Amino acid sequence: MTMRKPVTLLLLFASFAVSRAGVLPDDRADILYHLYDGGGVEIDGPSVLVRKQVGKNVSVVGNYYVDMVSSASIDVVTTASPYSEEREQWSLGFDYLHGNTTMTAGYTSSTESDFDARTYSFSVSQDMFGDLTTLTLSYALGDDVVGRSDDATFSRDNTRQHYGVGLTQILTRNLIATLNFETITDEGFLNNPYRSVRYADPSSGTGYSFEPELYPATRTSNAIGMRARYFLPYRAAVQAEYRFFTDTWGIDSHTAALTYVHPIGPWTFRAKYRWHDQSSADFYNDLFPRPEATNFRGRDKELSTLTSQSLKFDASYEFLQDGWHFIDKGSINASVDFLMVDYHDFSDLTAGAVVGSEPLYQLDANVYQIFVSFWY
Amino acid sequence: MQDNTILRLLTAALLLAALPACGGIEPWVKPYERDRLADPIMFLDANPVSSAYIQHVYEAREGARGGEGSAGGGCGCN
Repeated sequence: MTMRKPVTLLLLFASFAVSRAGVLPDDRADILYHLYDGGGVEIDGPSVLVRKQVGKNVSVVGNYYVDMVSSASIDVVTTASPYSEEREQWSLGFDYLHGNTTMTAGYTSSTESDFDARTYSFSVSQDMFGDLTTLTLSYALGDDVVGRSDDATFSRDNTRQHYGVGLTQILTRNLIATLNFETITDEGFLNNPYRSVRYADPSSGTGYSFEPELYPATRTSNAIGMRARYFLPYRAAVQAEYRFFTDTWGIDSHTAALTYVHPIGPWTFRAKYRWHDQSSADFYNDLFPRPEATNFRGRDKELSTLTSQSLKFDASYEFLQDGWHFIDKGSINASVDFLMVDYHDFSDLTAGAVVGSEPLYQLDANVYQIFVSFWY
Repeated sequence: MQDNTILRLLTAALLLAALPACGGIEPWVKPYERDRLADPIMFLDANPVSSAYIQHVYEAREGARGGEGSAGGGCGCN
């Protein structure tokens, strides 16, 4: 249940089309190993991507991705037992180039023991104004089936729809910028079937008890994101980005990031600082005053007020720059992200303090990636 | 409310798409002036498999989502 958001990888299909609508993406293969380690959770696995042009106008991309989860998170240790599970995801996409227009279609299937997700996506990109501007319209439809590992008869459906408009603009010979709107609607069973909320209970030895969470059956979110990348005079680049998010659950957030890219010979080094701050969902409460206190109830720490910061360091080394047989070039990349999350309204119950006076929870996690890429 | 938002987005997009028909807009950065934008260090998303993964992590750890889809890059030229 930890990292199931399969639609994210649709970016694999859309990313190149957005700003290079008149050009098919490069043929390439990537083999990546990822490891997330923090807050009692360890998630690792491979991601393999292969992209190949077929004929003059079509490019095909496939991706295989695995999350192997071992979780003893703060949620798990306070209300359940540690668990292990695996999520497997397959994706297949096609780009069709016609003049200055690129059409992209994709399909993603994600499977785990208690959750299945299928997503269908489609986008159209058009180059305009002498290829200075690229406009992209995108749509994705997701069908999820939520189960329970302890109840074979439990099955609930979700439907997700994504509507996106993206604009990439060359502003000067040194500056490129993008602007994106995205509306996402969900309808169905949106809460976690295992997670509980906490309520005050004087009859309990701890002063509180738990009951199942209950979310609204719909959610609509709107996000606007912008980013700009500037070429510095000594061949380096700096990127600034910002996103505003708001949804019908009452969450508003601001996200900003600054990236610096510096090449030295075959090496490229990147450093990135990212900051995210959000308000809580209207139905979130760390400690409800009584059982069934409100119509909807949630205590998912990701729906709490929080401030998240991360620092990333990334290095890549390019090899085979003169090519070798059918390979044009290769690169090896390694990165680490240090993620720090301060929850402003989520108590750490493992501290064993008196109810209402527990310390707030903090999460530190490290995210490692190492991958090899080949262009051919 | 939701339908209105989507309708407004689509209308804005269609209006933008129709702009070239008006003509008269000269590209102010010529193709031969885009060498720096074609440098790989200027790609907004040089490694899609990596950026898709880390975005997946952020969406799992935070309450926000979307608005970052157009992670392209490059110069719009061959």
